[in-house]
Amino acid sequence: MEDPPREGPVPDAPGLELIANALREHVGADVVVETSYYREQACVEVTPSALLAVLKFLKEDQTQGYGFLASVHGVDYLPEAPRLGVHYELLNMRRVERIRVKVRLEIDDPHVASAVELFPTADFQEREIYDFFGVIFDGHPDLRRILMPEDYEGFPQRRDFALGGEPVMFTHNEPEGPGWYE
Amino acid sequence: MTDRSTPTPEEIAEGTSPPDPLGVSYREREESITLSPLGQQIAEQREANRAERGNVSQADTALAPETELLTMNIGPHHPATHGVLRLLTTLEGEVVKETKPLIGYVHTGIEKNCEDKSYWKVIPLIERMDYVSYYFNALAYCMAVEKLLDEEVPERAQYLRVIHLELCRIHSHMVWLGTSALDLGAISMFWYCFRERDNVLDLFEMSSGQRMHTRFFQIGGVFEDIPTGFADKLRDFVQQMPGRIDQFADLLDSNEIFLQRMKGIGAVSEERLLELGVTGPLLRATGNPWDLRKAAPYSSYDDFDFKVPVGTVGDNYDRYKVRLMELYESCKIIEQALDGLPEGPWITDNRKVALPPRHELATSMEALIHHFKLVTEGIRVPAGEVYLPIESPRGELGCFVRSDGSSKPARLHMREPSFVNLQALSDMAKDTYLADLIATLAMLDPILGGIDR
Repeated sequence: MEDPPREGPVPDAPGLELIANALREHVGADVVVETSYYREQACVEVTPSALLAVLKFLKEDQTQGYGFLASVHGVDYLPEAPRLGVHYELLNMRRVERIRVKVRLEIDDPHVASAVELFPTADFQEREIYDFFGVIFDGHPDLRRILMPEDYEGFPQRRDFALGGEPVMFTHNEPEGPGWYE
Repeated sequence: MTDRSTPTPEEIAEGTSPPDPLGVSYREREESITLSPLGQQIAEQREANRAERGNVSQADTALAPETELLTMNIGPHHPATHGVLRLLTTLEGEVVKETKPLIGYVHTGIEKNCEDKSYWKVIPLIERMDYVSYYFNALAYCMAVEKLLDEEVPERAQYLRVIHLELCRIHSHMVWLGTSALDLGAISMFWYCFRERDNVLDLFEMSSGQRMHTRFFQIGGVFEDIPTGFADKLRDFVQQMPGRIDQFADLLDSNEIFLQRMKGIGAVSEERLLELGVTGPLLRATGNPWDLRKAAPYSSYDDFDFKVPVGTVGDNYDRYKVRLMELYESCKIIEQALDGLPEGPWITDNRKVALPPRHELATSMEALIHHFKLVTEGIRVPAGEVYLPIESPRGELGCFVRSDGSSKPARLHMREPSFVNLQALSDMAKDTYLADLIATLAMLDPILGGIDR
């Protein structure tokens, strides 16, 4: 039953292509946008509409078994288009293999399906990405800001959001603050 | 504990069941909610009485405590929340039904600030995220950038890193043990643990000049070689430490109050913890030996002989015991690293990455140019994306860095174990007493600086 230990980084570049082919075969012929193997880390970019199916396949298929979602992070690729990206770092704990699943989203319509059903750990992490990048995770049970105040305007981690200039609230300028003074 | 508030399938089918009160968000709840059939009955009786008599007596307003759900706020400023953590708890009598952590009170935008700093100026900022295990933050970041640069770290630097990491693990666990025991009323433990913590900080001060947030790890190695006398002092410390851990164990393991609040409390199954993304001692307490130092060794961890302590049932006591046993293993690793400390450089000699030694500046024009370029502009890192996980005292600490080829990171994200592990609090504290929630939170060991960043 035990998988034999492998030498070197896994999955390697051919291994990544095998995974991409399995995705094309089982999920859909055109789900894989791009595969990249950089610094011994495998990354597969998929179409946003197929994200959930891809994650489900990687999690539940016997030969894949990436059952642990280690991290989710948002990226702003300004000036490239599509601008926003969401990365899912999947981990197979038995074989100690990692793969990154990536989707790219248009800034005007940043919608992607929520992975909370599949991986409950994505709850806080998707809220954080919504908070900082404005990506809307459809089907998330409680999509609210998590680290910024609830009445905050704007998405501060986007690259065109200027650093600094945040007014500090004192007693004298409290009435100018949004929603605090009534 | 039976949940009387759950509507029956028939009620749901008919649509006559009352709306689920827990489904109402906290902001919209005006008062605590009466939801059990018994409470409903009492409320109806009260209304009938009121209509009959036209006034309300004391007896009408009093409800049996177990028929009422109470929403209670804990924090954000509360000594037992280990930082600025706010918990909205839903209580039935004294029993916790649901816990919602509200976070963000110490959010300082470190990740955003990092995008405006050149690569080596990011290190001091990163260290201030999880302010108890700062060496781990620095290592995750430095290793991620080294991976982007494809830079080899000299072996002596790797060993020095391991020594400081394990010291930092001891430091982190000492803070955890001291404050947790304090929450449970064992005040003397706090002083004993902070005495040991101070010894670790003395060692940090000796090697780097700073007690906390030392900036000792650099991209490509460590800042400086350890000074004369450091090895002896460190050896004294690791020889003395196991005896001290024995004392801590003796003090706590025969303390009836401590044991009653630890044993059998807050257990969550391994499968559920994995679903919630929980790693570190919390996961190991359930018997899963997942430790990145063993599973995917980095920084020469495969050179050392150490064990990964695991628990059996995953209750609070197992979490406490796993961390306590980890302290012994950390001492063993430090001792081995000290014995096998290789000679050689402690930072890479790639002049595009690390500063040239001071004496070269007086004699070499090239060194001067490199020095100038590094100080004014910083390191140029090839474009790419990497995610680098390491094992911090709280679990998998991952650093994601995206470089666009300039001298500043285009995106930097920390996968903070405290942030992810906090999601498991509601499961752990469900159906335990409110007092046990404090113990469970202490055993979860959240660091709010890491959660909020």
